[in-house]
Amino acid sequence: MSSDKSRFVPELTKGIFRENATFVQVLGMCPALAITNSVMNGIVMGIATTFVLVMSSLMISALRKLIPSQVRISTYVVVIATFVTVADFTLQAMLPAAHHEMAAFIALIVVNCIILGRAEAFASRNPVLLSIADALGMGLGFSFALVLIGGVRELLGSGSFLGFPVFGPGFEPWVVMILPPGGFLVLGVLLLGLAKIAEVRSRVAARSAGEEPR
Amino acid sequence: MSAATFSPRGETLRLVATLTVAGLFSGLSIVIAYRTTLPRIQANQRAALERAVFDVLPGTQRLERLAWDGTRLAAGAAGQGPLEESIFAGYDANDALVGYAVPSSGPGFQDTIKLIYGLQPSGERVLGMTVLESREMPGLGDKIYKDPKFVGEFRDLVVEPIIELIKGHGTLPNQVDAITGATISSRAVVKILNQANAVWRSRLPAPGAAPRAVTGVASDAIVPPDVERGGPVPGGLSGEKP
Repeated sequence: MSSDKSRFVPELTKGIFRENATFVQVLGMCPALAITNSVMNGIVMGIATTFVLVMSSLMISALRKLIPSQVRISTYVVVIATFVTVADFTLQAMLPAAHHEMAAFIALIVVNCIILGRAEAFASRNPVLLSIADALGMGLGFSFALVLIGGVRELLGSGSFLGFPVFGPGFEPWVVMILPPGGFLVLGVLLLGLAKIAEVRSRVAARSAGEEPR
Repeated sequence: MSAATFSPRGETLRLVATLTVAGLFSGLSIVIAYRTTLPRIQANQRAALERAVFDVLPGTQRLERLAWDGTRLAAGAAGQGPLEESIFAGYDANDALVGYAVPSSGPGFQDTIKLIYGLQPSGERVLGMTVLESREMPGLGDKIYKDPKFVGEFRDLVVEPIIELIKGHGTLPNQVDAITGATISSRAVVKILNQANAVWRSRLPAPGAAPRAVTGVASDAIVPPDVERGGPVPGGLSGEKP
């Protein structure tokens, strides 16, 4: 148990940057492209996905010794679908405007491969506490990615941030950014930029370790 | 016990039992979540429809749902039937008829646009228009409800002979300026209004012969429906007269 506790923080933080679901694992692309035309959508989708991730990881990890391996995937999907439906109803009740804007994509969290991926790769073979840390980290990393993509797209495509105009009335919005092609463009540029940062960092690390790069 | 677990039949039973239990718990949780959130969801939808109706009939204090029974508008069928087959009469503080709110829908750029608009009692002018539901393109088509200028075009808009969509600046009182980059969505809105006008204007009672006679029963007064599910919802509007 003490080793579980010492692993809690690393399992939590790995999902935010080092193994970021969107930028490193390149999973969950459908919502990352489809609903990120505003920051608010990114935040709401991030929270909903994190909720489903944490709850289903908790459940699956707690029941991992009871679920026969032949039907584990079906069981995971039932568990995930249940929490997605709960999240769907809750959003509809609490934030009808946000739900209205992404209705279909909330239900589609069921098929977000980050969630089934974490269930199969982590929660099904690790204790509850670590599974929660893993799910929370992955969820936060995913939310961070959605807000980042949404921020760039909203800023360029609507000239606003969280609905507040930033550039003033003279700004001509770059409309393509909030249309589907904008999602691909922004995601591609961000992936490129983050890959470059990772490359530079590993080169610096190699040099400080006393080795010549290359 | 262990013998049963290792026999093929025991193993199959265990698989079936696992999925059955998972399904049971899943169903139970969903029912609980549904039951818990339903009142709030219905209240949201009711509030959204109320807001929309009050919005398109400025000055309205009280609403009444009127359904077309084939020959006349009657309040008796209130709360029954789909939203599309009824309109709302709005009355001001002095109980004078402000106008009618007409819900309508039609194909937009991507999916059906549902909207509601207010008509003068005479049916000659549109008082306001609000989109209830649409999946128009964000940033372009969604300007049909996000752009105040386009929405403003529907305040005091003449409907005779027909509402026209103009690219650029319309000068006549029956013309609406199209949104740049969202001509199809703009055209869809105008077309929905024209089609609904063709149906509903002839059904409106003559000015002065407002459908006051059929009111009076509390249960006939407006009960905005659950927009998405189409079922009647209990509870009346605030500001309703007894």
